[in-house]
Amino acid sequence: MGALDLARWQFAITTVYHFLFVPLTLGTVWFVVGFQTAWVRTGKVKYLQLTKFFGKLFLINFALGVVTGIVQEFQFGMNWSEYSRYVGDVFGAPLAMEGLLAFFLESTFLGLWIFGWDRLPKKLHLATIWAAAVGTLLSAFFILAANAWMQHPVGYDVNPETGRAVLNDIGAVLFQNTSLIAFFHTISASFLVAGAGVAAIGAYFLMKDRQVEIFRPAVKAGAWVILAAAIVVSVTGDMDAKIMVQQQPMKMAAAEALYNTTDSAPFSILSVGDVAGTTATPVIEVPGLTSFMATGSFDGNVQGINDLQAEYTAKYGPGNYAPYVPVTYWGFRLMIGLGMLAALYALWALWRFRGDRRPKGKGFAIVSSLIVLGPLLGISAGWIFTEMGRQPWIVFGAQKTADAVSPLVTPLEVWISLIGFTLVYAALAVVELKLILKYIKAGAPEDVEEHPFDDSQDGSTKPLYFAY
Amino acid sequence: MDLVTVWFILIAVLWIGYFVLDGFDMGVGMLLPVIGTDDLRRRVMINTIGPVWDGNEVWLLVAGGATFAAFPLWYATLFSGYYLALFVILLALILRGVAFEYRGKHDTAKWRANWDRAIVVGSVLPALLFGVAFGNIVGGSKIAPLEGAANPADAGSFNYVGSFFDLLNPFALVVGLMTLTVFATHGAIFLSLKTSGEIREASRKVALRIGLVAAVFAVAALLWSQAFSGRVAVTLPLSLVAAVLWLSALGMVMKGRDGWAFLLSAGTILLAVTSLFVGLFPNVMPSSIDAAYNLTVYNASSQSYTLTVMTIVAAIMTPIVLVYQGWTYWVFRKRISTSMIPPQPATGRADDRFATSAS
Repeated sequence: MGALDLARWQFAITTVYHFLFVPLTLGTVWFVVGFQTAWVRTGKVKYLQLTKFFGKLFLINFALGVVTGIVQEFQFGMNWSEYSRYVGDVFGAPLAMEGLLAFFLESTFLGLWIFGWDRLPKKLHLATIWAAAVGTLLSAFFILAANAWMQHPVGYDVNPETGRAVLNDIGAVLFQNTSLIAFFHTISASFLVAGAGVAAIGAYFLMKDRQVEIFRPAVKAGAWVILAAAIVVSVTGDMDAKIMVQQQPMKMAAAEALYNTTDSAPFSILSVGDVAGTTATPVIEVPGLTSFMATGSFDGNVQGINDLQAEYTAKYGPGNYAPYVPVTYWGFRLMIGLGMLAALYALWALWRFRGDRRPKGKGFAIVSSLIVLGPLLGISAGWIFTEMGRQPWIVFGAQKTADAVSPLVTPLEVWISLIGFTLVYAALAVVELKLILKYIKAGAPEDVEEHPFDDSQDGSTKPLYFAY
Repeated sequence: MDLVTVWFILIAVLWIGYFVLDGFDMGVGMLLPVIGTDDLRRRVMINTIGPVWDGNEVWLLVAGGATFAAFPLWYATLFSGYYLALFVILLALILRGVAFEYRGKHDTAKWRANWDRAIVVGSVLPALLFGVAFGNIVGGSKIAPLEGAANPADAGSFNYVGSFFDLLNPFALVVGLMTLTVFATHGAIFLSLKTSGEIREASRKVALRIGLVAAVFAVAALLWSQAFSGRVAVTLPLSLVAAVLWLSALGMVMKGRDGWAFLLSAGTILLAVTSLFVGLFPNVMPSSIDAAYNLTVYNASSQSYTLTVMTIVAAIMTPIVLVYQGWTYWVFRKRISTSMIPPQPATGRADDRFATSAS
């Protein structure tokens, strides 16, 4: 493998790994906010127990999200220096804003939240987790705006002398529809991921008949969040598909493995054979659904890969302008399918928990534990689809991935970092999974007591309420 | 003042903030086996930085992001050029960050010993390598246009053409030893400010001992850096004042005036880094091959629109960040002693499979 392929593998591995923790923390932090707010407002101890229980799981994930995020920010310069040179004037701005507006907020206020239980008045302490949670949203907003610009570059010119992009409208970059839709789509999908986690953890405790009073509300909260999130995910996903057809029609064609331009294009739920070639045979088809997703009309015209290839060759010169279709085809289906499965699960869970009921036996917990990874895999599949579907471009229509790689970083150097990151990430995954399972099994803390605000000065040797 | 100069100063400020703040985090981390002779003492040390280290590290992330936004060609050339050094720094920062959070999450001696090692390695390597990287930036590195570049005069074609081992030159290593020992001392002084009892006494002793070694490396590195300085008339006095502040800091340590000692060691870091940046300007990455290949604030920067937007954002956000980060230090201003450390948090049930597999 050459340096280009190695750098792509490294980016893929580190990004997919990073993005396992991102949606979990983006969603879970709001459960913690919700439980702690409920505790402050009602004074019911079970909400404090839930806050501490999910707070701990959140922090275990957040630690890995933070440290793997550092790699993301530096990797653009390390492995994609030609990209960084070309886009820095535009792409650097949202990244720097993310640091100034979001990273400081998240990290500083999370420190206050973790260690501040007895150092801050109750309501001020609650405010710190709100601030950290707002920080996670801001962070998502800026990085998704930066990514949206790679999908659909706006608000810039190319300097004819240097051949590099120059920003001329920051508002367009931050607030274009591609960016806003991606934000709401990703945030709601993150809530879906976290909701599934919370519901499955609650179901485990109900199956074991442990702390039922605490975890029954958690299952219901998780299921309601999944359901609400699924609605937003579908609406924004539908909007995303329609702008994708205008902005990146090739990606939509590749999502459906649609080789020839078609009116009333069907949506195949499964195919057999080689979707990369022309021999794919759809097994189950919904007539006109792809046209509907793309245009809002069941007999709308959807451009196929072959026509787009011809069009792009004429526009950008010779080359292959189609992404690797099996990845886009199956990524698209996994994303939608796993998301829909979670929504069905939520409906079923809410039915089983209606009124004061709760399911007996192990069935519900087993299904919950099988469902829990679905949204996480689905959101990964969605991102793999959208990033692979943009290929061969790194910035659609402006720079190709092959032209973006660092020219002088050797394959040996990338091998070293690729293997290094992969091994460390794999070891940390094992550690983190064991810790998560351990702290789930430990259950919600029973001995939570309120620690009154005590801001005593030097000289006090009262034990710290919380310490590493 | 033109915008590129403003951004050069801002990036210097971000690095100063990072070194002053995360400098003592790294110092505390690397002194874990020196001052933390038992687990309780190690926990006191870790808890002095527990609430703040993550916020301190963000200064690095923002320095990186700001360089990307304001000087993309500097960011691209530096990060791709110093590839392996940066890779090692990243691995170290990953281990350190996870270690702080995970160390107390499981209650066996082996578990904690492993994470302690991660904290030490994760503190020593960045403290050394950031200095080495700065030594290479200030001293000049092998930068030249890419072979076969369409427009070799354009700074967009400038790349680092040296190897990893070229980075390990004597000047850069001396700068690395300076940052390593200065951060260790800075960490010890921070510990003496934030602890009481025997740890405070131990920290002051260590601060004095390493502080004297640091003085030697700092004087050597800063004097040597004058050879590369663009304006010795400013940087030499700055370096000398830095040296005076450092010795005063050690004097305050001897007197037990921890607050003053900390302010003076922070001031030393501020002046030393300022001296390096003043000597560097207007270059951002001078070439040791030919001055024509220097990356400068002029040929490596973004255009005025981006710089204007970012100036507005930075002007609004930086004071706000300083206020709430400062408030955090106020909230956690209390000194910590071994008697204040609560028992290890409860770590699960007896039938916990993890406990048996790790012990």
